[in-house]
Formats: sequence, C-alpha cells, structure tokens
Amino acid sequence: MTILGLGDFNVSLVFILLILSTLLCVIYGLVKWNEDGDKISGKEKQWDKEEKNIEETL
Amino acid sequence: MNILLLSVIVIIYLFIVGYLAWIAYRKTTTASDYLIAGRNANPFVMAVSYGATFISTSAIVGFGGAAAVFGMGILWLAFMNVLVGIFIAFVFFGKRTRTMGLNLNAHTFPELLGLRYQSRFLQGFSGLMILVAMPLYAAVVLMGGAQFIAQVLSIDYSTALFFFTIIIAIYVIMGGLKGVMYTDAFQGSVMFIGMLILLILTYVKLGGVMTAHTKLTAMTPLAVEIFGAKGHTGWTSFPALGSENWYNLVTSIILGVGIGVLAQPQLVVRFMTVKSNREMNRAVLVGGIFTLITIGVTYVVGPLTNVYFYEHPSFQNISFLAANKVVDNIIPLYISTAMPQWFTIIFMVTLLSAAMSTLSSQFHTMGTAAGRDVYEKWLGGKGSTIIITKMGILVTILISLLLAWGLPLFFEGGTAIIARGTAIFFGLCAASFLPMFVGGLYSKRINKHAALWGFMAGFLVSLFWLFFIHIKESQSLLVCKALFGVDSLAVGTMWTVVDPLVVALPVSILVTLVAGFLGKPLPKEHIDKCFTGIK
Repeated sequence: MTILGLGDFNVSLVFILLILSTLLCVIYGLVKWNEDGDKISGKEKQWDKEEKNIEETL
Repeated sequence: MNILLLSVIVIIYLFIVGYLAWIAYRKTTTASDYLIAGRNANPFVMAVSYGATFISTSAIVGFGGAAAVFGMGILWLAFMNVLVGIFIAFVFFGKRTRTMGLNLNAHTFPELLGLRYQSRFLQGFSGLMILVAMPLYAAVVLMGGAQFIAQVLSIDYSTALFFFTIIIAIYVIMGGLKGVMYTDAFQGSVMFIGMLILLILTYVKLGGVMTAHTKLTAMTPLAVEIFGAKGHTGWTSFPALGSENWYNLVTSIILGVGIGVLAQPQLVVRFMTVKSNREMNRAVLVGGIFTLITIGVTYVVGPLTNVYFYEHPSFQNISFLAANKVVDNIIPLYISTAMPQWFTIIFMVTLLSAAMSTLSSQFHTMGTAAGRDVYEKWLGGKGSTIIITKMGILVTILISLLLAWGLPLFFEGGTAIIARGTAIFFGLCAASFLPMFVGGLYSKRINKHAALWGFMAGFLVSLFWLFFIHIKESQSLLVCKALFGVDSLAVGTMWTVVDPLVVALPVSILVTLVAGFLGKPLPKEHIDKCFTGIK
C-alpha cells in the first residue's frame, strides 16, 4: 500500500508519521498552552552580586 | 548571480544580526544572563534557537545531498527529529532539566551533571570532552560556511574564513547566550521562510506533488542499475534490509543523528533558559513546525532533484552524476540551475543563517566548558565568571579557526568530512552523556560510580570504534593501518559500516546499570533537593 505516488509502504508510512508527529507537537502545545506556569535562589543572587563587584573592580 | 544585490542583502542581514546582538549586550548584566540567558527566554526564541542550532549548513547541503543519493528513506531521520528531537526532548527531558537545573543552580550541561552526581571531576571531565571533541565539529561547520561564502562572493577561502569567524566571535563574546539566542531566532526565521519557498518552487517546477513523486518512482530501474549493488531500491523506497546502504542510512544517519540530538550540550542548555515549564509547552508547538519545514523539506527536495536533472537537456542524468559524484555539490547545483535568480539570493542567506546559528552556539558552549566547567569549577580558578568565559570562548574560537584552516589541506576536496564531523560529535555525546543524563533525571538510585563508569565506557568504546572498526574514519586516521596493517579490524564484515553509536551506547547503558550496584547511593537530602518540584 502506498500514498502520494511513493514507491513502497516504508516511505509512505514515514510520510504519515512525520505529519502525525508534527500534529502531536502542535496539539500538545495548544492543550498545555497555559499549564505549568510555576524563583532565583539566594545563592544565585549572591553570585550575581559578587560578579558585579569583580566587574567594577576591574 | 548579481553579486552587488547579494552583497547589499548580506550587509542588511548582518546589520540586523548586529542590532540584535547589541540589544542582547545591553540586557546582559549578570553571569546567569551570560551563561543561560537569565532563565527568562521567550518560548518562540528558545524553540527556534534550539532548531537553528541543530540545523547547520551541513544538515541542508550535506544531508540534502545524501538524501539525493539514498532517497526518501532518510525521512525517518526527519520523523526522529520531530518525535525524539522535539517532543520527547522537550516534554520528557526539557522540563526535568529546567527544574533540576534551577534546584541545583546549574548554568551549563556539565555543571548540571557535576552537581547532580556531586562530582567536580565529572563536571570538569565532561567539559574537557566538549573541549576536545567540539572544536572539530565547530571547525567542519566553519569550513562549510567559509567554503560557501568564498564560492558565492568569489573570494579567497582563508579571507572568508577569517571574516566569518570574526563576525560571529564579536556577537557571541559581547552578548553571551542572549546574543546567541536573539540572533538564532532571526536566523531560524530566515531558514524557515527559505526552506518553505524551496519546497513550493520544487513541486511547482516538477508538476505538483503526485506528478513529482510518480516521476521519481518511475526512475527506480535507473537507481537499481547504478546503486543496486549497495542495496538501493529506488528514491521513493527504503534500501534493502541488511545492505550497505541500509546500514549507513539506519545506523549512521537515522540512529546516529536521531538519538544523538538528545545529549548535545549546546542544545540541553536551552532547556535551562526558560522561566517555567509553561514556556516549554509552548516551545513544543513552535519546535515541531520549525523542524518539519526546515529538515523535512531538505529530505524531500534532495531526492526530487533526480527528476529535475534527469529531465534537464544539459544533464539527462541522476543528481549524483550531474554533480560529478560530489554529494555536497548536488543542492547548490540544483539551486543555481533550477531556481529563479531572486530565490538563489534568499537561499544563500538561508545557508549563511544555518551556519552562523550553529557556530554561535558551539562557540558559546566551548567557551563555557573551558572557562566555567574546567578552569573555574574543576581547577578552582578565581575571577569573574563572565570574563573567564569570554576568555574561554576566545581561545576555543582560535582553535576552531586553526582546525578549519588546516583541515582542507589534509582532506583535499573532502567536504564529506563536514557531514562525518557532525555525525561523530553527535554519536560521541550520545554514548558518553545520554545514560547518566537520563539516569540523573529519572532515577533516584543512580550514583556517582554509575555515572562515571558509564561515561568512560561510552567515550572509550566510541573512540575504539572510530579508530579501529568504522572504516570511514579508521581508514583516514591510519592508526589501525600502522598497528595491524589493515584499514579496519573488521574488514570484510558489515561491522565496518555500523556506526559507533550503535555499539557504544548499549555498552554505556549496560555499564551504567551494573556500576549502579557498586558504590554508595547519594545522600537523601541531596536527592530530595534535586527532585524538588519534579512530578
């Protein structure tokens, strides 16, 4: 069984899978668009402060 | 081609890149801005930057040419790139990487591994592996870009190489990862538009989708006549099971690159640049569409060039023979002879974007590996992280530049090294990093021993396979010939065409699992901290 004038089942199948996997990405992105919308740690803040001090000294 | 018009468009293009780099420079004030874009990247910018980094000139020209030889079976790689490289990578790896990276205050991929396993050595050695292997990958991408610029603008290769490197170096060193990602987003958009137009023009040129495919299928007897001995069954069907073409296509191209994408340091760091997992969800949508068009088009147009060249009165031959058996010349020859003048210029800018977006990320990753992972964290060097990283970027750019300048002298006319250099790096990263990366994200029992032993096993088996078994490399490297008098220890068997990844990754996984039973587990408090907020 082939589609779109292709030569064998294997390549016809991958054409379909390629479209389906892209649709999976699109649908997942749309469904989860506003989900999981969850904090710079104190250590990182301190690190950035030290960075600025070194930059200013130099 | 109108050189004046092309020059004007390239200058406008570089002006836009420069403007975006300047915005990034103004917004980069802290070390986390410089290393991970302040953990605040827009999902569109992150997804397009991820895709544009993954797709270099070699993916379009090198793999497009390979598609013209192998046929549409290579679309399995495009499918892997969308399903594994985007969906699985973002949903199952990306979210956990982002959360764990935040919990552990990690700023690079080696740092994430080092902190997860409480091992400075692991961070330093991972950084060192990137430092050893990545300059070769960067050099081959640099070569591809410089060769293409030299050809199009009719200038000397060394001059093109020098100016091309300087332009990218300036915006990477000044803007850090923000500079890389902002310019990537623009360059990725150019690539998306260029490839979409290429697909439409190709189908219009060949009489529509069905007609084009039917014509290509009708050329099957020609493919079998020319490549049949290697297992070719036509350009719209898959190679014969167990043939040389089948092993090359399945192990090196589909598995090597399709799985290798999961453990690329320059791609994994993108997951740590977004504010929350909501951004990751949105990036899946953008990344899926971007990958389908940029990669899918390359692998569809490549095989279809055979129809064009066969019907063209000046060629009347298949693509491989029309391009004088130089695979990397197939796509450029097709663009220059089949496409209208205006599109030739668009395609040139598309290729320039593909090269620059990949190189900028490579330079940044090598610089952070040298400065942050090796010098600052492993060797205990003191000083400003930003300045140390900038020095690291500068040194690794110089190494890549020297390699890109020297490699063509040793591999005469051998642009096939561009595709091989890419595949080698992808395979090496997957075999070395993937088991401990997946284990670190999903297992609370995996310990430092398992990570270290698995890493070393994957790395060493990959090197052994490259030097002594896989004939494409072992023949060029000459070590096997010098020691044993043969090009490969497996000469005469199919093992010579099996990619290192297919052997090294299972060995690495097995060693990681076995070594997990040795050594003591990591402290419970540390594990709890790692997995905070991970469902």
